[in-house]
Amino acid sequence: MLDIKTPKTTEPKPRFFTIEDYEGQVPRWCSGCGDLPVLAAVQRLCRDEQLLPEMTVVVSGIGCSSRFPHYMKTYGFHGLHGRAFPVACGIRSRRPDLNIFVATGDGDCCAIGAGHWIHAIRYNMKMVVMLFDNNIYGLTKKQTSPTTAKHANTLTHPKGSFISPLNPIAVTLSISNVSFVAQTVDWNPPHLYQTLLAAHRHPGLAFVRILQRCPHFTAEVFEPCQRDPSLLLLMKHPNGISTDDTVNKIFKNQVEHDPTNLLEAQGLAVREDCHPIGLFYRNESAERYDDFSKSGIEMDRSEKIKAVEEELDRLQI
Amino acid sequence: MTSSSSLAADKIKPTKKKSATIEPQSVSNAIVEIVSDSGEGSQTAGQLFGIVSARMGNGTWTVELIPAEIEPPARSPAGASGNRIRFGTDVVTNMGDTADVVVAFNEQVLYSRIDKDAFREGTHIFIENKWGSVPQEAIRKAYATALADFQTRGYVVHEIAMEKECLRHVTDARRGKNIWVLGLLCALYDRDIGIASEEIERKLSRKGAKVVENNLTLLRAGYEWGLANLPFRYTVAVKPPDKPMVVMNGNQAVGLGAMAAGFEICSMYPITPATSASHYLASEFKKAGGFLHQAEDEIAAIGFAIGASYAGKTALTITSGPGLALKTEFIGLAVMSEIPLVIVDVQRGGPSTGLPTRVEQSDLLAALFASPGDSPKIILAPSTIDECFHFMITARRLAEMFRTPVIVLTDANLATGVQPFPRPRLSEKWLSPPLDMSPWDKNVDPYDWDPETGLSQRPVPGQKDGKYILTGLAHDEKSHVAYVSRINQYTHDMRSRKLATLQHSLNKPIVNGEPEGDVLVVGWGSTRGAIEEAVGRVRDDGEKVSSLHLRILSPLEPGLKEVLSEFKRVITVEINYSDNPDPGQPESNNRRYAQLAFCLRSHTFIDVECLSMVHGIPFSPGTIEAEIRRILKALSTV
Repeated sequence: MLDIKTPKTTEPKPRFFTIEDYEGQVPRWCSGCGDLPVLAAVQRLCRDEQLLPEMTVVVSGIGCSSRFPHYMKTYGFHGLHGRAFPVACGIRSRRPDLNIFVATGDGDCCAIGAGHWIHAIRYNMKMVVMLFDNNIYGLTKKQTSPTTAKHANTLTHPKGSFISPLNPIAVTLSISNVSFVAQTVDWNPPHLYQTLLAAHRHPGLAFVRILQRCPHFTAEVFEPCQRDPSLLLLMKHPNGISTDDTVNKIFKNQVEHDPTNLLEAQGLAVREDCHPIGLFYRNESAERYDDFSKSGIEMDRSEKIKAVEEELDRLQI
Repeated sequence: MTSSSSLAADKIKPTKKKSATIEPQSVSNAIVEIVSDSGEGSQTAGQLFGIVSARMGNGTWTVELIPAEIEPPARSPAGASGNRIRFGTDVVTNMGDTADVVVAFNEQVLYSRIDKDAFREGTHIFIENKWGSVPQEAIRKAYATALADFQTRGYVVHEIAMEKECLRHVTDARRGKNIWVLGLLCALYDRDIGIASEEIERKLSRKGAKVVENNLTLLRAGYEWGLANLPFRYTVAVKPPDKPMVVMNGNQAVGLGAMAAGFEICSMYPITPATSASHYLASEFKKAGGFLHQAEDEIAAIGFAIGASYAGKTALTITSGPGLALKTEFIGLAVMSEIPLVIVDVQRGGPSTGLPTRVEQSDLLAALFASPGDSPKIILAPSTIDECFHFMITARRLAEMFRTPVIVLTDANLATGVQPFPRPRLSEKWLSPPLDMSPWDKNVDPYDWDPETGLSQRPVPGQKDGKYILTGLAHDEKSHVAYVSRINQYTHDMRSRKLATLQHSLNKPIVNGEPEGDVLVVGWGSTRGAIEEAVGRVRDDGEKVSSLHLRILSPLEPGLKEVLSEFKRVITVEINYSDNPDPGQPESNNRRYAQLAFCLRSHTFIDVECLSMVHGIPFSPGTIEAEIRRILKALSTV
């Protein structure tokens, strides 16, 4: 190599972040909770991508998984039940420079916040949305959620819920302007990580449903899939979630699925015999509302005054 | 000839012959109404007439008469649409009492105004006469009956063949009759027809040269017809203003004020009567670097605004009563987590969906108390169009300084009222400061409350070492969730102390009139003009009556107890509900007071009375005057 001297500089040393730099308070989730591996994956993602902690915001609603921001050492917004989406969209509206993660649960997103969910998908403002779906209200102790299985016993429906659960992936895939929909599981760290990484790199709103274990209230729901990966269907494609063969080989059931094929994705989403995991759909050229909402952020103060003066000229008598 | 021809009303026969123009008689002020079916353009004509008068240099105040539906049934009181314009030589601050002149496109719409006591004996009614000769007998009959009734009521009816006159110039009289009427009114009140032409061009230029030309023809036709045929004319002298003036309605003033305050995000959901402020921003905000977000619902609208505020720039949301109700939980979050935010509530009639297009001042207690838990916030109430503009700048600054939501209560009367006011002299200092991305002092907590004032600075995402997790849960200085009793008590103190700090920084409010006397009339919001006019009238008779208008309702302005104590009787005037005080009425034993009266009574222990009503219309000075005189009489007989 050529011997080039490094020029002297007054620039401070470049910052390098380790996992610890993203670790906030000690998580208070139950032991064995599926939220814990998701937290680890997000922290690893932040480290690997070297996201500036002060330029990263985690927004959540209310529920077990919505405690997520407290366990990160970034900016965080632990707001109201069901309202993470409008807040995250508002943050994004004038801040294209921030990394935004949204942590929401099946009650938060699919029940009380369902209206915002639909519109946030359509707005397609850049953010990573993690739907922690444990099929139950955990924080309030075992009430039926929109994704609770029909015959599951809960405190609000002791003999099982009356009607079939809502399918969050099928719903999301049917919303106009949807741009990224993936599904993963909390108990397969490589797949979880690769899914979140793809979501983070997506230019738009990336919706990731994470099948998440609740050892306390719904241990039986995902335990079979955890024990028997053949109950999962791995969606594979060169443009899909790039897990390597060592990860892929545990999945007996695999399917080739091109994530540009929305109709096929919708077909996979409604399959009742298995949980497809991987990337359902991605469209990097979907319209983004943040491209419009950020207009004028660079406007000079004198230009603003001038605009108001011109308007006053018009209204002068 | 129809039966109406037998009426003794002044008859004006349409004529082509130009007779001598009557010289106008000078009056100091006038109240004119234009009323029609919805969609016939009387609102446009009324607005234009108001602007023409304002541009000529008259004081003006306009009130929009808006039906609740887009296409209500024709020829019905429910469909009445239009405008009241009061203008005068001096500043005009309110809608006044009864109309001097009303132009009606049919007789039925007038009943909605009669229901509001808008006319008096001697009010001149200029009415379209075609209804007397239409083929439908029922309509002819209704027309004749109404005209007879108007005569009984003492109105002076002038039948005019408006449509026929328009048809001399255009093929479709339904489009453009309003402008012919504008021309007629310009002749009646000696208005500058050149200014009227300019305003028509400005208003209609987007619709193309042909439309402008047709309307200018009709304007001139109405004007010339008026000059040739009107049996009387008036002129209202002008005092040229000594400074440049601008004219707009309260919702425009809120929108323009938001631009002058440097807001960058206004997040809203459509709701009457607030939406026109957002319409205004939708067309103008971008020029000042702002963005108007129409959210999926009222909750998302405030959530988006809170997100934008949290990320650095204090945002704005504009709503009305039902929207305020939906935003309650988020307002609580903004109070709890100390996010600066401005919420404009253009109040309308309630409860529930109530009277969407009509005025009320019924959201004061909701703004003050509607939140689970203790939720102190700042509440401002502009009383003029001018204040609608300037309070937006104040609101943003207070929100940031006190790290709290600020609610600005306007109402339907201010929203649609058009009034000239001195052109604001803009300042760069009014704009929100640029985003501060400098590193945060590691030793300063995100809620570094000053124990004396409750104030603290907030870090914004992007500031190194400022990272914190905002939460609506009880939290300590570090924003860590804290369920400790002592901490919860302390943080409540800190949030409440901010209001005390603001109150300390305010001056004792200034009484309009003598600082002591027999009666003090206290008001807030849009009632100011009517109250001060009423108080002026009784004071002119030598009575010891003053008024006080509160602009800051939370915290209450300081020294109120001392101010109120200087009067024998204190009464609030408010457009909201209170129980009938008459003994014998079932509710009088447990009387519920009007909203400001409720606050003042608990705040001062003074026996504050109230004059309040929920008729969906602004107070006329005459109503307030009558109440003051009743109190004075009662005092003199004690």
